[in-house]
Amino acid sequence: MGEIDGIFDTSRKTLEEIEQRLEMPRREFLQFCATLAVTMGLPSGAEAAVAKAIEAAKRPSVIWLHFQECTGCSESLLRAEHPTLEKLILDVISLDYHETLMAAAGHQAEAARKAAMKANKGKYVLVVEGAIPTKNNGIYCKIGGQTAIDMVKECAADAAAVIAIGSCASWGGMPSTIPSISGADSSPTGSAGVAEVLGKPVVTIPGCPPNPYNFLATVVHFLTFGKLPEVDKLGRPKFAYSRLIHENCERRAHFDAGRFAMQFGDPGHRQGYCLYKLGCKGPETYANCSTLGFGDAGENNWPVGCGHPCIGCTEKGVGFQKPIHQVAKMLNVTPPLQYPRIVEEQGKAASFASAAAVAAVAGAAAGAAIMLTRNLGLSHAAEEAERAKDAGGSGKRASVAKAGE
Amino acid sequence: MANHQHAAPAPVGGSLVNIVTLSCGVLIALMAAILVVRFLFGLGAVTNLNDGYPWGIWIAVDVVIGSAFACGGFSVAMLVYIFNKGEYHPLVRPALLASLFGYTLAGAGVIFDLGRWWNVWNMFWPGSINPNSVMFEVAVCITLYIVVMWIEFSPVVLEKLGKEDARKKVSKAMFFIIALGTVLPMMHQSSLGTLLVVMGGQVHPLWQTPALPLLYLLSAIFMGYAVVLFESCLTSTAYRRKLEMQMLTPMAKIMLGILAVFIVVRLGDVIVRGALPKAFAPSVEALMFWLEMACFIAPLVLIGAEANRRNPARLFLAGILLMLGGALMRLSGFLIGYETGGDFNYFPTLAEVLVTAGLFAVEVLGYIIITRRFPVLPREDVQAAH
Repeated sequence: MGEIDGIFDTSRKTLEEIEQRLEMPRREFLQFCATLAVTMGLPSGAEAAVAKAIEAAKRPSVIWLHFQECTGCSESLLRAEHPTLEKLILDVISLDYHETLMAAAGHQAEAARKAAMKANKGKYVLVVEGAIPTKNNGIYCKIGGQTAIDMVKECAADAAAVIAIGSCASWGGMPSTIPSISGADSSPTGSAGVAEVLGKPVVTIPGCPPNPYNFLATVVHFLTFGKLPEVDKLGRPKFAYSRLIHENCERRAHFDAGRFAMQFGDPGHRQGYCLYKLGCKGPETYANCSTLGFGDAGENNWPVGCGHPCIGCTEKGVGFQKPIHQVAKMLNVTPPLQYPRIVEEQGKAASFASAAAVAAVAGAAAGAAIMLTRNLGLSHAAEEAERAKDAGGSGKRASVAKAGE
Repeated sequence: MANHQHAAPAPVGGSLVNIVTLSCGVLIALMAAILVVRFLFGLGAVTNLNDGYPWGIWIAVDVVIGSAFACGGFSVAMLVYIFNKGEYHPLVRPALLASLFGYTLAGAGVIFDLGRWWNVWNMFWPGSINPNSVMFEVAVCITLYIVVMWIEFSPVVLEKLGKEDARKKVSKAMFFIIALGTVLPMMHQSSLGTLLVVMGGQVHPLWQTPALPLLYLLSAIFMGYAVVLFESCLTSTAYRRKLEMQMLTPMAKIMLGILAVFIVVRLGDVIVRGALPKAFAPSVEALMFWLEMACFIAPLVLIGAEANRRNPARLFLAGILLMLGGALMRLSGFLIGYETGGDFNYFPTLAEVLVTAGLFAVEVLGYIIITRRFPVLPREDVQAAH
């Protein structure tokens, strides 16, 4: 709690500083930190640690390499509509080398990379975007005369952490797809992921492109706790990739109820039914797309939300490999044998029989009550009369009445 | 209590076959037949329940109203054991018997109403319980109370069977059981009101209030006394016994006291929340509200005066009116003033009505059999000789 109190202490100098540095109000900054903490599934109080880490302005040097890719990962990160996200990316980290964003060019750029690596030896974060061609010693992708293989090995050697962003860097992604021609046993350039080239596991943030928050949360986790988040066996952070898309899908109720879109534009598709039969790979793809809105443009802004089946881009062996409209393999759920009705009965008005039965019960009860009341009244009157008759004497009734009182 | 000498309870005796028990038997047979269909083909086969009205009369009447009617045991036990009014002791056993049946059948009613009743054990399974649920509180509390009441009633059975030793052993723990038997109904009777609070705006403003738990508890207590008035007058008349006026008259005064507090809270709450204008709108709900209020206020007029409380006819009528008022309040909250939107509609089917009637028949039949064969009511000849 102490840390949280510290955060909300408005007189604290660092907060003023961060307001200026990030050009964002304190409230928005704390909301951002809380969002990240929640994304990572951290316990309460972690947002304070996150805020402190970002405030501290110990911006780690980040070297960002591009290989066989479309720059979609970088684009998605920069095109995030959240007003200050790009600001944060550029300000939380010190992006010392990024081929798309840096102003420098040619040998000047390569010199900047080498200088940053030297100055932050063992402390910088290496981010790799794109697959690495391995066929023919990797001659299919060269930067400054250096092959992608050499470059990634050189940069990874002294890096504190290596993060592979996007499906291409994670396992090869689309460039690694084997063409359907006879005799082909690999993609034309032998594209591979970072882990394969380095021969050691790295953190992967697959997706085409991945949700920027998943990347950002991983970096902030590193900043906050000095280590990378817990990952699954494919190197994906568990906070984002431990659940099937299908499990939390907004169309899941339609799946359970057996309501499927059978083709694009049919009545079911127009009503937002489940896309399973159009080949949605949600049931075999691990990612948080269904719970974390993409690109800050609001919820529903993801393939399934827009009416297109998930292609499984975060899942090796599914995305870019299985045909888009091939029906997914169910990993943990099979549809029920029985489905609830689509049209729900609204209930019927009183039938003659039931209304008569209710009336009969009420009538019988009322009649019995009246009769009984009348009898009780009559016996009371009789008793009173007898009591009056006995009054004054030592009648048995009176003594009983007295004893009773 | 030592200074109160009462006639020991004794079986009433007599034949078990008469027009009332036979009628009960017919109703029970009808219920059994409907329940066979219900359990084989599901709720949809016999009820009018739907997504808008998932609770019908099996819950609103059998459970909510039924358990309130069964508060006689708790109300009288509270009077005798908590407030140490030993003079009411002879009322305890018959009241407890009625409560016992009321609650046990309410528990059965819940099972009838559960769509997937075979999952009911989850309610008590530590791994599947949800301790934050109001329904869980009600379910566990009622179940526990049913068990507690059977223990409270066990001396009657043990006496009949002549197991004196066992009876003495049970008696030693009885103070604890009786305490539990007073606390538990207070918990779940108020929680039955909380059930409606949870339903929020679906309940008409005349019945939706944060004070519902208090209202349900207070009304359950006076309904308990009302049921005792009803039950005692009915039993005395049916068995041609002397009316227990020496106990009923002062008890009615206590009942009126609680009723007065209740009316103040009920009306005060409606006024404070600004819901009173709704009571003057031309609607079924407004009509039900005034019917209910009339049932609550009429007893004050009927038996407000001490002399009138000596008249069994007035006591009996007041008891019926209060039972009816409390029942209407519950029925309005759970069904009549309950609206989920859309075109949803509910009226019980003939089958639902027959099952409810059958449950009440079980209660009446059970009461007759047990009072005739077990020592529940005070021995009449001793009193007459007195």
